[in-house]
This record gives sequence, C-alpha cells and structure tokens, in this order.
Amino acid sequence: MIELSDVRYGYDGTALLTDINLALVPGSFHFLTGPSGAGKTTLIKLCYLELTPSGGQVMAFGRPASRMRRDEIAMLRRRVGVVHQDCRFLDHMNLRDNVALPLSVAGESLTAHRAEIDELIAWVGLADRAHALPAELSGGERQRAALARALILSPDVILADEPTGNVDWEMSLKLLTLLIELNRMGKSVLIASHDLNLIRAAKGQANARVLRLRAGRLEMAGADL
Amino acid sequence: MTLISDAMSITRPERGSDGVVPPTGFTARLTQFTAAGMAFLAVFALALSMATERLADRWGEALAQSATIRISAPSEQRAAQTEAVLEILGATPGVAQARALDATEQQALLAPFFGPDLPVETLPIPQLVEIVTAPAGFDAEGLRLRLRAEVPGAVLDDHTAWRRPLIAAAERLSWLGIGAMALIALMTAAMTTLAAGSALAANRQVLQVLRLVGAQDGFIARAFVRRFTFRALTGAALGTLAGMLAIWSLPEVATGGGFLTGLGFSGAGWLAPLPVPFLTAVVAFLATRMAAFRALRAIP
Ligand SMILES: Nc1ncnc2c1ncn2[C@@H]1O[C@H](COP(=O)(O)OP(=O)(O)OP(=O)(O)O)[C@@H](O)[C@H]1O
Ligand SMILES: [Mg+2]
Repeated sequence: MIELSDVRYGYDGTALLTDINLALVPGSFHFLTGPSGAGKTTLIKLCYLELTPSGGQVMAFGRPASRMRRDEIAMLRRRVGVVHQDCRFLDHMNLRDNVALPLSVAGESLTAHRAEIDELIAWVGLADRAHALPAELSGGERQRAALARALILSPDVILADEPTGNVDWEMSLKLLTLLIELNRMGKSVLIASHDLNLIRAAKGQANARVLRLRAGRLEMAGADL
Repeated sequence: MTLISDAMSITRPERGSDGVVPPTGFTARLTQFTAAGMAFLAVFALALSMATERLADRWGEALAQSATIRISAPSEQRAAQTEAVLEILGATPGVAQARALDATEQQALLAPFFGPDLPVETLPIPQLVEIVTAPAGFDAEGLRLRLRAEVPGAVLDDHTAWRRPLIAAAERLSWLGIGAMALIALMTAAMTTLAAGSALAANRQVLQVLRLVGAQDGFIARAFVRRFTFRALTGAALGTLAGMLAIWSLPEVATGGGFLTGLGFSGAGWLAPLPVPFLTAVVAFLATRMAAFRALRAIP
C-alpha cells in the first residue's frame, strides 16, 4: 500500500538515508530499529509524505506521491494512522477531542461515532482522563492517546514511532497485542522501536520482520533478534 | 461584546473546522474594528461622490437648457430691439421658448446683490431675454452672427463658457469620492490580510497537526475565513450605521436656488450605503482565503 523505491533523503543536503526499499503491503508487520539519529522518524515521515524524498519514489495506494495534489495527500493520510514520536496534539483540546480529531477533519459527526471514540479511549486505559488537556497528561498517557488517535479512522496502514517508549511493560504488551490484532485483520503495521524485549515478544506472536537502519541503509536484522 | 459573541456562536455549526482551530480573538476583533472604521469612511466617500454627482447634474441640466440674451440699448430703442430679438429667436431652430423678463423678475435676480428695494425701472439695466432650448440645442455661433447684424445691442450668453469648468470640477470631485472608496476597499483587504496572516502564523502548529491527521486546506481555511468574514461583516455594519447616522445629523444646507447641495443622501440615495457591509465582507472573505491558502502551502 505504501512502497518506497530507492528513496534517498537528507536534511540540508546531507545524505541521511540512501537506497531505501520498503513495501508495506496488507498484512505486513515490520519493526524498525537502529541507533538514535539513524533516521527512523525520518523514514516514517517519508511514508506519510510529511517529507519529500530527494531521490527515488514513494508510491501510496498505487499512486506516485510526487504527483499527488495537496487534497489527495490529505485523503491519503486518513488511511494511514501515525503515532508521532512527539505525539503532536492540539493543546487547546482535551484528550477525547484530540483522539477524535481525524474524524472531525474528515467531516464526521462526533455524536455519531461517540461509542467508537469512548471504546477506543477505554481500551488504551484513558477513560478517566478523557477530559484532560494534553499538557495535563503523562508521557505514557500521551503515547496511548496518540495511538488511539492513529486508530480512530481504522486506517489501512499504521505507522508507530516509539509507541511504547514511556509506558510500562504490561501496557506495552497490551498495546502490542492490539497492534497484532489489527495486523491479523489485514492492516499493515510498522513500529519504530528500540525495545528489544518488545520486538522479541512480537516475534513470538506475529509474522514480524525486523529491519535495521545502519549507515543510512535499511537491512534485515540478524538472528540476534 | 459577549452578547455579540454569543449571538455569533449560534450561527456556528456543531462540527467543522471552527471547533478545532483555537479562538483567534484579538486579531479577529481588530479586523472588526478596522472594518467598522473603514465602513464609516466609505459612507462619507460615498456621500461625497453622490453629492457632487448630483451637483454636476443639476448644474448641467439647469444651465444646458437655458441661455440668455442681454439687450443694452437706449431706453427708447429697447422695446423695438427686444421685439426684434424675439422675432429672430422665433425663427431659430432649436429654441423651444423665448421670453423677455419683466421688471419684477429682473429685480428678483438682482436682489441678492443690491437688496430688494432697487428701483430697476430707473436704472439703465439691460433687458434680459430668457431662452429655453430644445434638447438638440441651437447653433449659438449662427445666432450670434445674426444678432450682431440685426440687433447690435443684443449679446448672447449661452453659459457654456463658465458652466464647463464647474461641471468638470464637480465631476472630478465625484471621481475623488469613488477613488477614496476604492482605496478604502484596498486598505480593508490589506488590514484583513495582515490580521489573518498573523492569526495563521500564531496557529502554525495547529495547522501542522491538522494537516497530519488528514485535514484538507479548504477545511482549515474555512475556520479562518468564517471568523474574519463574520467580523468584517458585523464591524462594517456598525460602521455603516454610524456613518449614516453621522451624515443624517449634519445640518441641512438650505439654499434658495437649490443650486448647491449639502453632503448627504437624498431619497433612495439612503439605500446606497447598504451594500458597504456586504462588500467589506466579500473583501475580507477573499483576503483571508488567499492568506490562508498561502500559509498552508508552506505546510506539508
Ligand atoms: N528537521 C530536521 N532538520 C535537520 N536535521 C534533522 C531534522 N530532523 C532530524 N534531523 C536529523 O536527522 C537525523 C535522523 O533523525 P531521526 O529523527 O530520523 O532519527 P531517529 O532514528 O528517529 O532517532 P531517535 O531514535 O532518537 O528517535 C538526526 O541526526 C537528526 O538530528
Ligand atoms: Mg525518532
């Protein structure tokens, strides 16, 4: 559904990523690892078209991204749920409205989707925090809310950048189980993570491939994982 | 102000981008204030333009359809020359009517200068013959030549010489009013662009997040456009009303001959300022929309 071919990218002319080939197809489950600063977040941004590659091509749902108009990019993003590493909420709206934001911008009525919104918020364990502002949430609560927001439109592709960085092991496993469940339903999942335990746990339950960014290139991780 | 805000929130739809873009209170209110001031000025410019147009029309009409012949002759020849002039005029194509003024009328004409007690009969004042021209007009040069040959004491004064510059001045003044209105519209556009631009810049992070979760540019722009258009509309409505009240309360310029006119609207002219708020809203709408789309282009 999202396919990167020979993609290159660098900030300010530097070469951060080279020859990136990656296909997120229905039912695929990827982990993305690599040292801090390797370019994991950058790669995810290339996948949802926040960044434009300096070389190569990004295809999204069968269309070359370089030829998409801004409105098409917006429509594409409704099919791609992203958990941003820094969460990126609207600070003036409470958690519930932030989670429901993709519905709002898609012109959906929140009243009509009330049950789904509340169910999802309860699932990530934030039912009692639904009316808190983002600034009043802990790091882990923010990450869980970000995951809920990424899933609210039931996207075909889920890109999660360190979704479990700030939550305890039990909650990490719970979130992972949710993502594996969604993956079984045919959604394509990519998780950027440093957490080797999480990756091992996932490999036990799902057909997960582990990719590693090293020196700007994407490679399959070895048997050490 | 809360009353107005509350009234406005009723017109807000339950969903849509208004709910997700944080309040743009100060800049929006600034736009409202500017719109009010601009509308107030626009009403005056409109009044100026219409008053001078009216003036030019009045002068043009009143003077275009009339001409005068002055007969300066010794009193014993006066009646005969007047008779001759009327005869010539009767035979001139384009002259609808010709009439010698009587003593009372002549006195009335001179009264503003010499007072009402002037003994006109005893003074060597020229006899005046008033000509009302047909719409097509007459050949002034031809008439002048004929008068010179047949009635040496008669001089044709067809007013054109001093009418033209006056009308030109009035028309220029009228254009000045229109130019001022155009300038006001431009300034409204500029102010709205600045205010909307600053609101958009202050909300850059919000725009980024909205784009990331799949908002289309039109959706985001609408929140800003709605707010600034509405503020401009209400502000301009207040300003227009204030301008109309101010003009209405100006002292009436009472002129006997109706030759001059005051700065004001007359009759249906009072309807002329009514489009001002709507035009202001249209200007604000377009300016905000352009500013919004330009700001959004910089956001992936
Ligand atoms: N907007 C930017 N402008 C310039 N350089 C940037 C920008 N964003 C990231 N970088 C640089 O690009 C490199 C890769 O950043 P990126 O965020 O992709 O790394 P990462 O693998 O996600 O790291 P982490 O594991 O710490 O999240 C880093 O060296 C970072 O400093
Ligand atoms: Mg990162």
